[in-house]
Amino acid sequence: MKKNRILLLFAHPSQHRSNVNAPLFEYAKSLDYVTAVDLYAKYPTYQIDIDDEQQLLNAHDVVIFQFPFYWYSTPSILKEWQDLVLEYGYAYGQDGKALQGKLFICAISAGGKEEAYRAKGYNHFTVRELLQPLEQTAYITGMTYLPPFALFSSRSAQFDHALSSHLAQWKLLLQALYHNSIDVRATESLITINELLGGSKTQGDKA
Amino acid sequence: MTIYFIQAFVYLLAAVITVPLAKKLGLGSVLGYLIAGVIIGPVTGIVGQETVTIQHFAEFGVVMMLFLVGLELHPQMLWKMRNRLIGLGGLQVLLSTILISLVTYLLGQAFTVAIAVGLIFSLSSTAIVLQTFNEKGLSKTDGGKNAFSVLLMQDIAVIPMLAFIPMLALPELVALAEQGKVAAQHHEELSLVAGLPTWAYALAILASISSVVVLGHFLSRPLFHYVAQSGLREIFVATALLIVIGIAALMSLVGLSPALGTFMAGVVLANSEFRHELESNIEPFKGLLLGLFFITVGAGIDFNVLTSHFAVVVGLTVAVMVIKGGVLWGLASLFKIRNSDRWLFALSLAQAGEFGFVLLSFSIQNSVIPDHVAQILQLVVALSMFLTPSLFILFEKVIMPRYQTTNSSQPFDVIDEKGKVIIAGGGRFGQVVNRLLVANDIKTVVMDLDASQVENLRTIKIKTFFGDATRPELLHTAGIDNASALVVAIDDRESAKSLVHYAKQSFPNIKIITRAYDRGHNYELRQAGADIIVNETYHSALEVGAQAMTSLGYHPFLVEQKKFAFIKTEVQASQHLYERWSLRSEGEQYDHDYRKLFMQIEEAIKEAMQSDRLDKHSHDERGWTPPPKGYENDFDS
Repeated sequence: MKKNRILLLFAHPSQHRSNVNAPLFEYAKSLDYVTAVDLYAKYPTYQIDIDDEQQLLNAHDVVIFQFPFYWYSTPSILKEWQDLVLEYGYAYGQDGKALQGKLFICAISAGGKEEAYRAKGYNHFTVRELLQPLEQTAYITGMTYLPPFALFSSRSAQFDHALSSHLAQWKLLLQALYHNSIDVRATESLITINELLGGSKTQGDKA
Repeated sequence: MTIYFIQAFVYLLAAVITVPLAKKLGLGSVLGYLIAGVIIGPVTGIVGQETVTIQHFAEFGVVMMLFLVGLELHPQMLWKMRNRLIGLGGLQVLLSTILISLVTYLLGQAFTVAIAVGLIFSLSSTAIVLQTFNEKGLSKTDGGKNAFSVLLMQDIAVIPMLAFIPMLALPELVALAEQGKVAAQHHEELSLVAGLPTWAYALAILASISSVVVLGHFLSRPLFHYVAQSGLREIFVATALLIVIGIAALMSLVGLSPALGTFMAGVVLANSEFRHELESNIEPFKGLLLGLFFITVGAGIDFNVLTSHFAVVVGLTVAVMVIKGGVLWGLASLFKIRNSDRWLFALSLAQAGEFGFVLLSFSIQNSVIPDHVAQILQLVVALSMFLTPSLFILFEKVIMPRYQTTNSSQPFDVIDEKGKVIIAGGGRFGQVVNRLLVANDIKTVVMDLDASQVENLRTIKIKTFFGDATRPELLHTAGIDNASALVVAIDDRESAKSLVHYAKQSFPNIKIITRAYDRGHNYELRQAGADIIVNETYHSALEVGAQAMTSLGYHPFLVEQKKFAFIKTEVQASQHLYERWSLRSEGEQYDHDYRKLFMQIEEAIKEAMQSDRLDKHSHDERGWTPPPKGYENDFDS
């Protein structure tokens, strides 16, 4: 079966305070099938190299945005990255077919509880709903959108067991993306892809 | 005169041949010097009686060493060490003295002799131990640090011992000495305090100690400034020697240990901006004199006494080392020194020291220990010193590996320390670099050649040291061996280049970040091995250009983009330019082809700027460009 090459674009502006995203990113960095890019380290002054980023995109089959959820969206450098790199004629428009067929997924950490991200919760929308601009970006650029890989209550995750099980799921997810073994159809109705990964390790092992 | 040349030649030759050999065999330099001494002394008999005279001279190396030790110790640090100094060091001296005295007494010596012997053998060899720690990089280990505080306490303890030992004089030896007094007359040392009543003596001691502290604190700085302004290196060396020798002389005059005096002076000067310069000037003298001292120890071994009392000497040496090692081992467990550090602590300090020789001859002079006993004891001291390097080898080869394997299973300590940065040049450039780093709690050592600049910086509380950073030994004393980065911020083009070159050759792992005067200098520094080079005017000039554009009405954000495009094009071109530059013919800074290339890059920059302004869609046009008019019809729905 075809193996996917994964491009992980990580955006975290204060990594010295990160205790969820940093270990996830460090783990991904250790895999040889993942190209892990720390955007804030690569572009500390936001001077994004469009050519370089487009070449990276061309060389990979899966694009992951990894970031802490800031005001229901990405940290600013990821927005800057979209504004600059997803050019007309490259990512969309008449000749803009460079991203077609790639898989796209967000890996986010949110401070609020999972219950808050519901119609009845104080955030009123699910994370999948809040990420709709990115979902639509994936559609218009011809990428296959997967529901987000999310960790809720991230501020306390390191103190209970949430972080270690999240990390275990992260490993499963990267493996499944690499082996191209995710059933996209089955994810369509999900809020987060975590539900598919579940606690059931068999899924990942089979892949 | 000729005889001095020949003697000096013999000593130097012996050292030059044996020391590197000993080092190569992993024995350490101290053992090398001792072997050299044995070869030229008792084995071949090339040198003879004069070794005793030379030894007195060479003891000055110990004095210098303590000065250097003092320079490394801030008073605050000394205060922080007080528990270990008094607790660990004090107990070591006390317990070793009691036990060794007891054994000596049981071996049939008089009570007073026993106490004197106990005192003499409680001391360890600062010279051997510190030198070996330095060579083997053990100074920063727990065992090394604790051993150091014990050594320091011992050096301090020498002073009361010198006062106490004469009280132990044996009546029959004194009587003997009375008879030979006329002969001994000219041996009497020059002294200011001889014959003074006790209160005046105490007053004199107090006065000289406080004068060292006060003068060191207030007078040294103007003196160094005066000398530094002259710009003559050898005069600075002379000044450094003047201070050390002057203090030693003063201390001897009032009957105190010169080593203690210079140690105190060192501590007083530890916060001085001239510290590194002093260190690097005294260091070579110290090294040579200490080497000489060890040679004389080797040469002074009397084979006749050794062969006739071989079993006694060996037995006593083993006994001394076992007792001292046992005391140290016990104290180490009491003070929670663990694992390999405990071994290091116990093994490294088990020998008797150079002060043992000093105190022995002092005891003979004061009729405390009979001559024939002293001769054997001298051999015991020498032999124990001789055995010490082999104990270090034992520690390194046998004990340390064993603990390293067990250590690796323990969780590692988190190392927070990011390492320090040495900044060469404290002018307007280096200052800003230093301010940013220090504000972020990064340890820096700033060095500047201009004494008045150093003074200015010190008045605004920027810790700066006087010294020429391009001199390797100064870089060394500034601690380049354990630094993470070197910032070259000096404005002299040639010095910057040679500094970069030297640092890259000698410390390939250190990051070298330099300031370049201009493009040519930039390339030269790159050739010399700098890792990161920043042209000193480049960024500020670009900023001024950008400000000019903004004042002309360009949108500030657009100007920022133009600046970035400018830098990017330059960076892309710089590799070509550098290659072209390095092909230039001898003697000219830029050749014709280089100039042509440079013009091409100017064109490329211009193009990069223009491309954005074209009002048509091309692939050159980048950054927040809207899709073309009518693009909405691309999509069917």
